[in-house]
Amino acid sequence: MMFVKEGIIASPGIAIAKAFVYEKSVVEVNLNKVNDAQRELARFHCALKESHEQIENIRLKAISEFGDEEGAIFEAHAMVLEDPEFTDGVEAEINDNHLSADYAVKIVTDRFCGIFDQMDDPYFSARALDIKDVGTRVLQNILGVVQADLSRLDEDVIIIADDLTPSDTAQMDKKRVKGFVTNIGSRTSHTAIIARSLEIPAVLGLYDITKTVKTGDIIVVDGLAGQVTVNPNAEQTENFKIEKKKYQEYRKELEELKDFEAITLDGHKVELVGNIGETNDIDGVIKNGGVGIGLFRTELLYMNSDTMPGEEKQLAAYRSALEAFPNGPVIIRTLDIGGDKKLSYLSMDDEANPFLGLRAIRLCFKEVELFKIQLRAILRASVYGNAHIMFPMISSITEVRQAKAILSECMKELDEANIPYDKKIKIGVMIEIPSAAIAADIIAKEVDFFSIGTNDLCQYTLAVDRMNQDVAYLYDPFNPAILRLVRQVTNVSNNQTNCFTGMCGEMAGDPMAAILLLGLGLDEFSMSAFSIPKIKKIIRSVRYEDAKAIAQTALNLETGEEVTNYILAEMKKLEIDI
Amino acid sequence: MIKKEVTVLNVTGLHARPASMFVQTAGKFKSKIFVIKEGNSINAKSIMGIMAGGIAQGTTIEIQAEGEDETEAVDALIQLINDKFGE
Repeated sequence: MMFVKEGIIASPGIAIAKAFVYEKSVVEVNLNKVNDAQRELARFHCALKESHEQIENIRLKAISEFGDEEGAIFEAHAMVLEDPEFTDGVEAEINDNHLSADYAVKIVTDRFCGIFDQMDDPYFSARALDIKDVGTRVLQNILGVVQADLSRLDEDVIIIADDLTPSDTAQMDKKRVKGFVTNIGSRTSHTAIIARSLEIPAVLGLYDITKTVKTGDIIVVDGLAGQVTVNPNAEQTENFKIEKKKYQEYRKELEELKDFEAITLDGHKVELVGNIGETNDIDGVIKNGGVGIGLFRTELLYMNSDTMPGEEKQLAAYRSALEAFPNGPVIIRTLDIGGDKKLSYLSMDDEANPFLGLRAIRLCFKEVELFKIQLRAILRASVYGNAHIMFPMISSITEVRQAKAILSECMKELDEANIPYDKKIKIGVMIEIPSAAIAADIIAKEVDFFSIGTNDLCQYTLAVDRMNQDVAYLYDPFNPAILRLVRQVTNVSNNQTNCFTGMCGEMAGDPMAAILLLGLGLDEFSMSAFSIPKIKKIIRSVRYEDAKAIAQTALNLETGEEVTNYILAEMKKLEIDI
Repeated sequence: MIKKEVTVLNVTGLHARPASMFVQTAGKFKSKIFVIKEGNSINAKSIMGIMAGGIAQGTTIEIQAEGEDETEAVDALIQLINDKFGE
């Protein structure tokens, strides 16, 4: 029977293949008292040894296929397995309470999971998952339960599962797996991350898909529409095949643009660069033809770590970004934490208005030592390429001077230690507070570049919290007030030879905004890697003179809606698809 | 048996990576090793015990060891803490 389900889009693309319903084997433990403790202890130790070998094999496979970070998960698993509290606990249940080895393992695993689950902290919830994963493995080994095997698949399949753990994905046969569909999960869950890294479509969060689909059903995963079609009819299958081909052609067409410049029909060049959060994202930017990094969000280095990342760790991350783009700029934004982003290891007081409070550069001025570690790491990395430093949350020239004074102290320290760095490193600021846009001409005296952060600029200018459903409709980057602020900033940089303006907010990657921003005089567009080819295609199909005229008209319209309607009409006239 | 007091200096405390380092170091010794925090005794070779122990920056703990290499064990663990786990 044919039916369609909707879920969360976690990875784009379209795949058609047979379903493989991957269910965790149900393990039933023996609840009866057992007298032969020696035998139960032997079963337990035998299973421990087996689990050890499995985890080590998976660890090596995970490192070679997905990298060290994925491997570290299994190092943690091994530590849980070796934990004397775990082994002693199980042995005590067997010896003192006469439990079967399987029941003892279950009880002790549940006990530890419970402790960690209770702590209201995502770090500990993740540890509870590790412990559960290890406990299940030991149990399966004791009971000789054979887990469905994803490593030996003899045909192409779509994996249908409740959720996929690192243990599941590490041993999977990647050539045969064409897509993921799960009951639970989100864009940031493990399944989503693995799907994107394998470039296969994934639609997650369908609640009960494992119950409604059977192994062997034909499944279409549409990671563009977020739909899963089960047992499509002949006509639907044909349509999906056409859609799939279209999508592949579209990707191919965009890939072919990779080595072309972002240049208008009348020869005006701009720079298209990528936003990254971690070094894993660098490849995507290169693949999509980005010529550098317009925003390295360094807070992810801090947020993905359980401890304050030291100078050496940061240096290594910045260095790999710089070495990946020998010519292109790599703009490293200093720590932007506070507001809605917190660190588990840095205590921050709750604030009534966190977005108007101690965040980003303001926090760095309070925690100067933390700030200096990062600045030294960036300076030391600067010898490996074309590094730019960018300060976030700047509201006036005073803060720029204060930040530069601290930077000078770091330079002096490096000079004294005879450590080399780029003495002419470019310094810039985020334009995300309206006062900085309005006073861009003053701030320009101290900086080499501006980068407009449209998300916050919009939020602060229009006084709207876009996470609040009741007022989110007011959030509109096409509002003429925002366009005028952008114009005010580009006016300053366009009239100076040694200053440029970029944009690293979501608007920079919006195909609707490309011509407008080009016409407003933006020099650099920084966006998620996958948006780069689309924007490049638009820029290559328009004349700069026309874009300028369009922008000029848009600046004088009355509402955001008028602006978007006008742009749509102009794009249609120019025969440019979005 | 020997025992020594020490105050945890690193920002994270005995959490996450420092916890792993601590447990791995303890595991290299034959002696029985315990961490005493506010009267509670935690097995120093248990990653789950140490992490659940909630030993934050500024906490003073006692490290106890008993066995053939007890002196070396306590010294190694104290040094790890005093070096702030290389943070």
